[in-house]
Amino acid sequence: MNETITVPTNGKHPSYLEYKGKYKGFLGWVLSTDHKRIGILYLVSILSFFLVGATFGFLLRLELIAPGRTIMDPQTYNSFFTLHGVIMVFLFVIPAIPAIFGNFFLPILIGARDVSFPRLNLLSWYLYIIGGLLAIISIIAPGGAADTGWTFYIPYSVRTGTNVIYALFAAFVLGFSSILTGINFVTTVHRLRAPGMTWFKTPLSVWSIYSTAWVQVLVTPIIGITLLLVVIERTFSVGLFDPALGGDPVLFQHLFWIYSHPAVYIMILPAMGIVSEIIPVFARRTIFGYKFIALSSVAIAFFGSLVWAHHMFTAGMSNTGQFIFSLLTMIVSIPSAIKVFNWTATLYKGSIELAPPLLYVLAFIFQFAIGGLTGVMLGILSIDIMVHDTSFVVAHFHYVMFGGTGFGIFAALHYWLPKMFGRMYNIKVAKSTFWLVFVGFNLLYFPMFIMGWLGMPRRYYDYLPEFHIYHLLSTIGSWILILGILIMFTNFIVALIRGKKITEKNIWGGETLEWTIDTPPIHENFLEIPTVHEAPYEYKQNETDIRQFQEVK
Amino acid sequence: MSTQEHTVTHIHRDDIGARMGMWLFLFTELLLFGGMFILYSIYRYTYPDAFHLAAKDLNTIIGTFNTAILLTSSLTMALSIAAIQRDRKSLSIFLQFITILLALGFMVNKYFEWSAKFSHGIYPGSEVLLAKPSGEIVFYGLYYVMTGLHGLHVIIGMVLIAIMMRFTYKGIIKADSYVKLETVGLYWHLVDIIWIFLFPLFYLIT
Repeated sequence: MNETITVPTNGKHPSYLEYKGKYKGFLGWVLSTDHKRIGILYLVSILSFFLVGATFGFLLRLELIAPGRTIMDPQTYNSFFTLHGVIMVFLFVIPAIPAIFGNFFLPILIGARDVSFPRLNLLSWYLYIIGGLLAIISIIAPGGAADTGWTFYIPYSVRTGTNVIYALFAAFVLGFSSILTGINFVTTVHRLRAPGMTWFKTPLSVWSIYSTAWVQVLVTPIIGITLLLVVIERTFSVGLFDPALGGDPVLFQHLFWIYSHPAVYIMILPAMGIVSEIIPVFARRTIFGYKFIALSSVAIAFFGSLVWAHHMFTAGMSNTGQFIFSLLTMIVSIPSAIKVFNWTATLYKGSIELAPPLLYVLAFIFQFAIGGLTGVMLGILSIDIMVHDTSFVVAHFHYVMFGGTGFGIFAALHYWLPKMFGRMYNIKVAKSTFWLVFVGFNLLYFPMFIMGWLGMPRRYYDYLPEFHIYHLLSTIGSWILILGILIMFTNFIVALIRGKKITEKNIWGGETLEWTIDTPPIHENFLEIPTVHEAPYEYKQNETDIRQFQEVK
Repeated sequence: MSTQEHTVTHIHRDDIGARMGMWLFLFTELLLFGGMFILYSIYRYTYPDAFHLAAKDLNTIIGTFNTAILLTSSLTMALSIAAIQRDRKSLSIFLQFITILLALGFMVNKYFEWSAKFSHGIYPGSEVLLAKPSGEIVFYGLYYVMTGLHGLHVIIGMVLIAIMMRFTYKGIIKADSYVKLETVGLYWHLVDIIWIFLFPLFYLIT
């Protein structure tokens, strides 16, 4: 099946942006099997859905600025938090890093020309778009947008008259897209590493995307079948989960969380990979504890798949079950902490350059520490029973998913966009925007910890007057955050249109393979597949300097 | 300005990679059905008597017959790969065709089996079924969903094998390049294996 393409090039190799394949213009993008172009397709579509999801979140916060009705009725509010959840979880956080940066950079980081199955890769993107369209249909179709929350708990999800079926189908199709990407990446990492690149010479983001891909492959089918069963149950009134027909709704919760808890590791692991990638570059140091960071990704993927029932401590479970799941939850914090310690150890005595990517990474560490430690609190049975279903949980979740993964995505955008497009954004604007985003984020979510602890339930439309101050602060935080995000995106768009052109290969001084190729990359990535001799992040000169400095002291 | 031709081998061939991808996909299929097997085992534990009663009403003879058909089709599938490896193109196409015929036979039996149940008024949401105890409602729910989803896999398999027949005919699948047929074969064996579990769970354990 050797397909040979001959291109007249005037001796030059066109970048993937200028490359003329079989199709031109728009079709040249949506029919391209080039992993870089597919990465850009994902970039545009995922960030668009992010803005939609953020808008819903913004409106929810606005409604909660004061007790009672502010801008929407309770039914709309229920639909909005469902849509915010479904869009953010299934269309943004889960696919974001693997699909955008994994597609674009995974093959380059391992020294390959493309992924193992390029056409399957394009199919995944089409499935993503179909899933997105179904989600949009569920909003606008008659019947009203789904109002079950993104968890689709039975029996409400088989009883409500709203468009739950479209939302369920959307999640099902998106899951399929996620599975195919996972299969592709696992095979790619196994089969296409450049000669000499042994497992312990692969960059750390490859390790994390690889672990994520396994989780995608192993748990996504469970949610696929579970959501499909709910669709079947709703359409044909088959007795499966509905207690009226002899089913067991708690069983639905188990099957749902068997996927949806590991899914949070699908969300966070790639972001951890980004952090491990960026820290050594801006500290000019070899990463501390390479093997521990690499293997902790695998450990998180493994243990993270065994803790799902900690979402159901109050749903009815034996004491033994509660004890085991609580213990396993604690165990996940060990590999997570190993990563955080190694990152900070890498920064120690490094020659730190506070560029925009590193700022977001530092915020990641700060916020992930808060999110992670409150996660340990929630894993403790006594505390969980007290704060279950309060905004404490919402704050914890957003500190990990937005403060962690979200900031990881922002860091990756600042780190890799210049490489992807050969244009530089305004660094000063990026640095000041960071502070808006950082302050806005913390002002938005920190008050939720406090009011949750004081007893403010999550997903409530109305609240008692004593919670007013926290809700007010939180809503003000959402304004600052959304302003920061809008400025950030504008900065990127301006950069793409008339930013400074760069052709320098290595703008940040990184030591991984993507910095050895042209900016923007040529269609084939590498003219000759490189042979790898050294581990990534060597920074030999710096390491010698540091050692000499210590000896002098 | 001289125009140089630049040639790149763009899509490489990696049979091991293709097989690995298929095995990973089969994993996901097993887990997909695994979710339903979990449901089955838990509900069987909850409603042992109702499951016992309901399973007695299923037609073991048709079930056994279908098992034999699917097992044979797996054999013809494997033989078609062996044939193409020995460069016997028309034999391979013939064996693939037999596989499709057997799959069709399976579906026809399934059709008669389901219509018999339907004519007795036993189908999801029917009055007859809803009047039965909840254990039996759940049993038939699982029966229709699991065998239905398996049937869907049989149909997908038939379409895939038909495409492979065309590929073999056009010479895309040949003695030194048969990984496509091999991966479809793997898929077909999975369809077979799932039935091997469905058959005792629904028909034999009464």
